[in-house]
Amino acid sequence: MNAMFRISGAGRLSQAKTASFSFDDKSYVGIEGDTLASGLLANGVHLVGRSFKYHRPRGVLSAGAEEPNALVQIVRDDARKTPNVRATVQELYDGLTAHSQNRWPSLSFDVGAVNDIASPLFSAGFYYKTFMWPKSAWKSLYEPKIRAAAGLGVSPDKPDPDHYASRYAHCEVLVLGGGAAGIAAALAAAETGVRVILADEQAEFGGSLRFESGARIDGQDGYAWAQAAIARLKAMDNVRVLSRTTAFGYYAQNFVGLVERVSDHLKNPGHDLARERLWQVRAGRVVIATGAIERHMVFANNDRPGVMLASAARTYLNHYGVAVGRNVGVYTANDSAYAAAIDLKKAGVNIAAIIDLRDNPAGPVIDEARALGIEINFGRAVVSAGGKLRVSSMTVQPKHGGGGRTIPVDAILMSAGWTPSVHLFSQSRGKVAFNDETKRFVPGTYAQDCVSVGACNGTDGLDATVDEAYAAGAKAAKEAGGKAGKGARPKVDAGESWSRGMLGAAPGAGQGTTVKAFVDFQNDVTAKDIRQAVHEGMHSIEHVKRFTTNGMATDQGKTSNMHGLAIAAEELGKPIPQVGLTTFRAPYTPVTFGSIVGHARGALFDPTRRTATHGWAASQGAVFEDVGHWKRAWYFPKAGEDMHAAVNRECVTVRKVGGLFDASTLGKIEVVGPDAARFMELLYTNPWEKLETGRCRYGIMLREDGFIYDDGVVGRLAPDRFHVTTTTGGAPRVMNHMEDYLQTEFPHLNVWLTSITEQWAVIAVQGPSARKIIEPLVEGIDMSDEAMPHMSVREGKIYGVPTRLFRMSFTGERGFEVNVPADYGEAVWEALWAEGQKHGATAYGTETMHVLRAEKGYIIVGQDTDGTVTPNDAGLDWAVGKKKTDFVGIRGLTRPDLVAKGRKQLVGLKTKDPKIVLEEGAQIVADPKQPIPMKMIGHVTSSYWSENCGRSIALALVAGGRDRMGETLYVPMPNGTIEVEVTGMVFVDEKGERLNG
Amino acid sequence: MLLIRCPYCEEERPELEFRNAGEAHIARPTNIAAESDDDFEKFFFIRANPKGVIYERWRHIHGCARFFNAVRDTVTDKFVMTYKAGEPKPTKLPGAAK
Amino acid sequence: MAKAAANTKAAASASAERRPALAGRTLSAPGVKVEMLPPAERISLRAPQASLAPLSKALGVTLPVKPKTSAMKDGRTALWLGPDEWLIIDEAGNNPLADCAKVTALHSAVGISHRNVGISVAGPAAAVTVNSGCPQDLSLEAFPVGAASRTILGKSEIVLLRTAEDSFRVECWRSFSDYVFTLLSEAASDAAN
Repeated sequence: MNAMFRISGAGRLSQAKTASFSFDDKSYVGIEGDTLASGLLANGVHLVGRSFKYHRPRGVLSAGAEEPNALVQIVRDDARKTPNVRATVQELYDGLTAHSQNRWPSLSFDVGAVNDIASPLFSAGFYYKTFMWPKSAWKSLYEPKIRAAAGLGVSPDKPDPDHYASRYAHCEVLVLGGGAAGIAAALAAAETGVRVILADEQAEFGGSLRFESGARIDGQDGYAWAQAAIARLKAMDNVRVLSRTTAFGYYAQNFVGLVERVSDHLKNPGHDLARERLWQVRAGRVVIATGAIERHMVFANNDRPGVMLASAARTYLNHYGVAVGRNVGVYTANDSAYAAAIDLKKAGVNIAAIIDLRDNPAGPVIDEARALGIEINFGRAVVSAGGKLRVSSMTVQPKHGGGGRTIPVDAILMSAGWTPSVHLFSQSRGKVAFNDETKRFVPGTYAQDCVSVGACNGTDGLDATVDEAYAAGAKAAKEAGGKAGKGARPKVDAGESWSRGMLGAAPGAGQGTTVKAFVDFQNDVTAKDIRQAVHEGMHSIEHVKRFTTNGMATDQGKTSNMHGLAIAAEELGKPIPQVGLTTFRAPYTPVTFGSIVGHARGALFDPTRRTATHGWAASQGAVFEDVGHWKRAWYFPKAGEDMHAAVNRECVTVRKVGGLFDASTLGKIEVVGPDAARFMELLYTNPWEKLETGRCRYGIMLREDGFIYDDGVVGRLAPDRFHVTTTTGGAPRVMNHMEDYLQTEFPHLNVWLTSITEQWAVIAVQGPSARKIIEPLVEGIDMSDEAMPHMSVREGKIYGVPTRLFRMSFTGERGFEVNVPADYGEAVWEALWAEGQKHGATAYGTETMHVLRAEKGYIIVGQDTDGTVTPNDAGLDWAVGKKKTDFVGIRGLTRPDLVAKGRKQLVGLKTKDPKIVLEEGAQIVADPKQPIPMKMIGHVTSSYWSENCGRSIALALVAGGRDRMGETLYVPMPNGTIEVEVTGMVFVDEKGERLNG
Repeated sequence: MLLIRCPYCEEERPELEFRNAGEAHIARPTNIAAESDDDFEKFFFIRANPKGVIYERWRHIHGCARFFNAVRDTVTDKFVMTYKAGEPKPTKLPGAAK
Repeated sequence: MAKAAANTKAAASASAERRPALAGRTLSAPGVKVEMLPPAERISLRAPQASLAPLSKALGVTLPVKPKTSAMKDGRTALWLGPDEWLIIDEAGNNPLADCAKVTALHSAVGISHRNVGISVAGPAAAVTVNSGCPQDLSLEAFPVGAASRTILGKSEIVLLRTAEDSFRVECWRSFSDYVFTLLSEAASDAAN
């Protein structure tokens, strides 16, 4: 059964295939291929929303992407409630559920509409002027209230269950827009064999051929030609044809962002299908064929539901088979509305009258309209639309004033002319030029390798458009390396050509009037508002725009910008080009966050890096912490243990027996070449030339300014080979820092750097039993203290696989770090674990590692240092080669500020009450009784409960710290001041005997 | 996303593969330890930050991993040219000074 | 083995089991299959121009000097990564590190067999799959069979090698393999569309 306004035999949709849908909980029947807008109009529903500011009833204005009014919420399920969907773009599927927005309690009775009555209060700049005082009320009162009242639609409040795809694509010729121009350009380019991508935002290609009933190309109806051409293009290997795909942004070097709506039109998309797909296209040449957008007439109450663009009404008729009314008025300032009137008349719709602002236009369409018996009034204006929830009449007057009459209508079709869509051209940084004769901005100076063709280039007429586009497509392809094409340019047998129209307010809404003649429907900006802005001193169009918000809604002023500009220019008494055009910015139409995010969500938001032993640790119940991208075992709780208990047990066990720790995430760099030692001398503060093969040294790396950049143990594997370790977080930047110096400052050195971070899994075995745990598994290495003292490295085998075995300690205990090729890491760990079990060793995580190193006063770069700490500040002067004449940072270290007295130095802190654990980052003062703000002399960098010491311990950076040994300092906290004593940094085994214990 | 010509890979590659590394042609003094405070300040802290043509270091970090130099216009964001590290500062820029 | 065991105090006859990251993981989608490749021997080779001849000879494959190219012989592939950098992948079980050790000419050879993992992306939709996160032009004109490049895949660095018209080898660091495999899998499911 057909809906009331569906005209049998009209349109291109198969009227047999119905699709039910609901709008505001009322059920309707549309047909497949409808948009939500055409489905609603077929059922006689024009009222689809309330406006943003005045809550005025609004209907469907357009039939495309420029729609400012018909914004609805599409609800698929609990989690998928998409707000601000343009009903003119949303395709109907069976079961679609839509709701109107910005109304309460209902669309036809909306309390917020009181704003309309009180509109004198809400004129342009209202917010800026009204809520100035008192200042304090802005945050607490005004802003929350305004925010609650404003906004279109409701954001979904659950995670988006859909997924979004993205891909990069490359082509020689990218054609944006799939109307007659775009198709002709794509055909010409495709025939040369180059890669072509053709994208159009509509579900069907054809652009204006969707409504132009008279177009004939290559002997067929224009729309049919378009479909045949698209089929041809789709069949070509070098062409990708993308429908439902909007080019939303044109970036540098022909990089264009496209969003393809993959499944929003499907009833049951299924989870395999992405909802949207982002295409990031790099094109050799871009052909912009984005057409033109019809402008509305600016007259009083031009926003009443039922008042719409003439081309939209024609699209609804010729494509969807829908009549937008039964008794239709037409108000125009150019020819194109005549064609709509003629098509509707021929379909059996009464045309109440055509009101033409022009004085004596002539031409075939006017003759044809007259021949069909349509009443035509020249030199007259519609000064007001009657009706509220639906237009019911139009009041017509001679344009220079005089007696009017009111004509009953149920729809008004309007056309003020066509605005070339220069958005993408402008985004490409091209400069538009104003054509004074045709009163439109067209592409002027190009900034990139692109060309505009057809209506967006100000080219009038189908024949000229196809001619221009075909030539441009061929030229672009040729320039991008294509061969000469064999095809022939499509022959235009018949097409329409539109004349100019007008800009600005129509008679009755012009200077001196205060009627509500809307310029920007979405932001509720009237002609009067723009004039007021000029009166209040906004003389630049950029200021007028911001003061009135004209063109600042999500439709980006597609229908309103030119009218707003013309009204401002008239009020300023300046020609339009002198007032200027506001900047077009991406996105052309709203883009979902989903499509921008693409695959980068959930597990793919960021890489999660796991070490080789991750599975083992997880199976042991380890709790993990994030360290950069890494997941590191934080602690290994046994049944019933909380973190505190687990860490205490781990700490005590390591010092008593031993422990295993996964140190794989430490950065590792292999430095190889005859000049390896010389390079190390330059990059680290320490001396390296004399380090013997098989020995290790703790190295400090500075930036040129003298501050600590990184540290780590370095082993010399051979005269020309060092195994360098870095901090976990510092690995990539240290590598970059080293490469930078090697490539650009010391390129004469014969040495190369290779990251081996992930080549080696590293198992630290620490504690008195460390050697006993490792030794049974080792082949070919003598692990005695004599043969392998502290700070040495040996190569051999462990558990049958190659190892670089370091004797080193970050705990102060006898310690080893077993490096094995990563794929063997877990098996070797398990073997070591089995050995460790025999002695009662524990696995320990990063928390215990931190506590144990703090007990020994070993620093962590980035925790105990912050980029302003020198080796001396950190008590590491011993690691700076005093005889060296050069290393990175040597000059920085002698800067006046770095050698001045009173610098913050790293010291230990003991709380007077041993049970209190200081907060890391807490500030330190010398005198807690001084008035606030107190002079802060330092801060706590590391602080832990040390079960081994039976008390809390802390490290801190304190001004002149090393001269304050034994002093009492104070840490003021919200609930009281904590007394601390300044101590040395070593809390356990000050003599270091346990390294060989 | 820009395309940047890597002088080592001898072709334009996507910006994502590159990383900016600050101003170019600031050589580390050979006897840096003997630099005066003023000279060290100029060398380490002071940068030109011009409006217009800038000489920069870039690294094709996710490509050939080489550092190289580039001439870029900070107004248009366009690369004028790129050249290998160690090559002299170009005196004539393509497209400039007619 | 008995001799070696005698040198040390105990065990050592046992040997650690190799557990490659994501071993055996595969994903099939229309038009493309993503699968983890078996372990291979790899080195990062760095050398000046003058050393290329002896190194090529020792490796049995001529080190390519043209950017974005590779050379392959007898299961051993040499990928040009930079003007003095090559990634050598040996899938035949031979040890390129040992081969380079015999060369006295200036060079640096570092074993990275375990640092990298290889992932195969094969099928008519392979290029589209890789292009989900890789911004390079992967047409056969721009990235022909044998082309090799270090590049970006989403938020991870990869080395990309085109092994056939419709097949790529993606190399990434071990700990990034989960991310890279998952991204390629998700992209593969979309690639045929």
